[in-house]
Amino acid sequence: MTVTEHQQQAYIAGQAADARIRFELETEGMTLNIGPQHPATHGTLRIVVRLDGEQVVWADPVCGYMHRGYEKLCEVRKYQQVTTLINRIDWLGSFCNEVPFILAAENLYEVEAPPRAQWIRTIMFELGRIANVALFLGDMGVQLGAITPVFFASRDREHVLNLLESATGGRFHPNYDRVGGLKDDLPKGWVEECKSAMESMRGFCDEMETLLMGNEIFATRCRGIGVIPRQIALDYGMSGANLRASGVDWDLRRDSPSPLAWKEVDWKVWTHPDGDSYARYWVRLQETREATKIVDQLLDGLPSGPVMAKMPARLRVPRGEAWVSTENPLGEMGYYVVSDGGTSGPFRCKIRTPSFNNISIVPWLLRGVYVPDVITILASLYFILGDIDR
Amino acid sequence: MSEASGPAGPGEAQEADMSETPETPEAPETPEVSDNPAPEETSTPAEAKAEAPDTTQQPAGATGDDVPDAAPAEVPSEGGAVDDVVAEDAGADSEAQAVPEDVPAPREPDEMRDPIVEALVAAIGAAVVGSVVEKGDAWIRVAASAWRQTVQWCKDHGFTYFCFLSGIDWMPSIDLTNRNEQTYGVAAEAAVPDENTATGGYETGVAGGDTRFQVFTRLYDIERKVGITLKADLDDAKPSVESIIDVFRGADWHERETWEMFGFDFQGHPGLRHLYLPTEFEGFPLRKDFPLLARMVKPWPGLVDKEPIPGDDEEEAEAPA
Repeated sequence: MTVTEHQQQAYIAGQAADARIRFELETEGMTLNIGPQHPATHGTLRIVVRLDGEQVVWADPVCGYMHRGYEKLCEVRKYQQVTTLINRIDWLGSFCNEVPFILAAENLYEVEAPPRAQWIRTIMFELGRIANVALFLGDMGVQLGAITPVFFASRDREHVLNLLESATGGRFHPNYDRVGGLKDDLPKGWVEECKSAMESMRGFCDEMETLLMGNEIFATRCRGIGVIPRQIALDYGMSGANLRASGVDWDLRRDSPSPLAWKEVDWKVWTHPDGDSYARYWVRLQETREATKIVDQLLDGLPSGPVMAKMPARLRVPRGEAWVSTENPLGEMGYYVVSDGGTSGPFRCKIRTPSFNNISIVPWLLRGVYVPDVITILASLYFILGDIDR
Repeated sequence: MSEASGPAGPGEAQEADMSETPETPEAPETPEVSDNPAPEETSTPAEAKAEAPDTTQQPAGATGDDVPDAAPAEVPSEGGAVDDVVAEDAGADSEAQAVPEDVPAPREPDEMRDPIVEALVAAIGAAVVGSVVEKGDAWIRVAASAWRQTVQWCKDHGFTYFCFLSGIDWMPSIDLTNRNEQTYGVAAEAAVPDENTATGGYETGVAGGDTRFQVFTRLYDIERKVGITLKADLDDAKPSVESIIDVFRGADWHERETWEMFGFDFQGHPGLRHLYLPTEFEGFPLRKDFPLLARMVKPWPGLVDKEPIPGDDEEEAEAPA
């Protein structure tokens, strides 16, 4: 086995951290449980950290408190019944969970949704992203001691949730996507309402930029904290804004052959070279802005027509395997769906969730950091427990 | 697929479905599906030669032009013996092996992925036992002994982004139809293939497979914007493969999860311990023979709906006949 350069560097960095801890602070070690019920963990993640004074010697995330066995449950359900389950994976942007699974199922069924359905899917997907990331934009402030931003986030996020509710019937779990199209078309007057909501979301982004990013305390606590180098981020399979904040220009909306409508509109993939907590916040803020622009353009060009493809009366899925992933609010979410051709449900459904990979870097990332920075780093990695534990 | 299964066993259900396919719009696949058992039988003698795992299931028909590429590529690396094997493989098995995947025979060449598969075959040689490039995606199946080497090669050749790693259990699916009370909710014993045959008789997916268990991983090349799926067959009794944790650090948790869910042993992994389940948990939940207890206690209404999905009512009428 050859040792690559970054492995060497990581090793040296680890040694340096150890040495620093040993020489600067001759203290007695202590084990601290962060969580499972800690506000910074967005659910029930427990992180066992071994402390030497104020510094973390090692950290071990303990997950599984919310493991619901979705991969097993998918095997005893029909394709149409799975969306109800997977809505609960990333519960802040539920609709985004449905899309890759339905696309994978459509791939196996060999049907394609009509253009209008694809455009509305894309709009809903981006609304899910806004609803999800807006909470992060406010919540990150709470983690660092600024209470106000999360109220702003809740206020403006409400518009988006109302939109989701009026179109799908569900504020949190839309269950709106179907194999071959969508459950319903958009209600009357929805487009205008959506545009005004996007306007207010852009205002919210501006507010966050001045309130938080322009705040010296926020900047000081985030800059240079939890730096993830590019190669490490790729190695760990980090995705979404966490990856782009490490300078990797990779966005599945642009880089994968998706039938959704992202390629029809003009938008930009934002990256940041720093790889620290501040960069992750900045990238997410830009993405939210970008998402509102995507929604606006899609609303303008929304094609007419049906929202459901003509499906064969008998739905029998041919044998095959399909992997479809999309750029979800938290990162790359994908389903590896295997059909054995015999049953009307998946034979195997591997769910690849972004938070799982994003949080598996924690043992590496938390070595040598100070306790308050643990909270900053966890907040900036932005994970959702349902997304780790599935 | 055993014929001995009860009238309502999964095997029977599958047969029934196949016989119905002419009515469906997916009719083109019918001829291929109907002689599905063929590849298993033909690959049985080949499998008996344990020292040449590459001969077992080259899905030559599915990957029409991969085999001609493979043959010259392997000459320099392995010498005459391998060349013979590949040639024989391509000749003898091609018709039979065309069957498992419902792929139209003339496949459009994929300018992006074909060269990758060729290059991998040239580098890894005989360890590449199957490959499929279709629908804008690529699957490559390698021998378990070459698993880590293949992943390392991919990483060195651009596939720097680690997406996920997991496993598949190809034991026939549990009986979902609730037509047979004995087999409902558990893997039907009658449908379990004869373990004495060399292949085990499992029906496997894209790029084929010889054994019950497969480990698979997904890697991306973010420069060329292309992804591949790597697979490896693992031993039925002792599924074990080399860990790739030193290639991709992110594989750490994925291997822990796969170990706890499927019981695959990842050699060289420094800490295979439970990730999701309690430490004292016994069994491997994602294996097909691990019963879903909630379903055994109470049949789930979702699968025996009072209001059948359109089309399902005919099936109910025909299948138990």
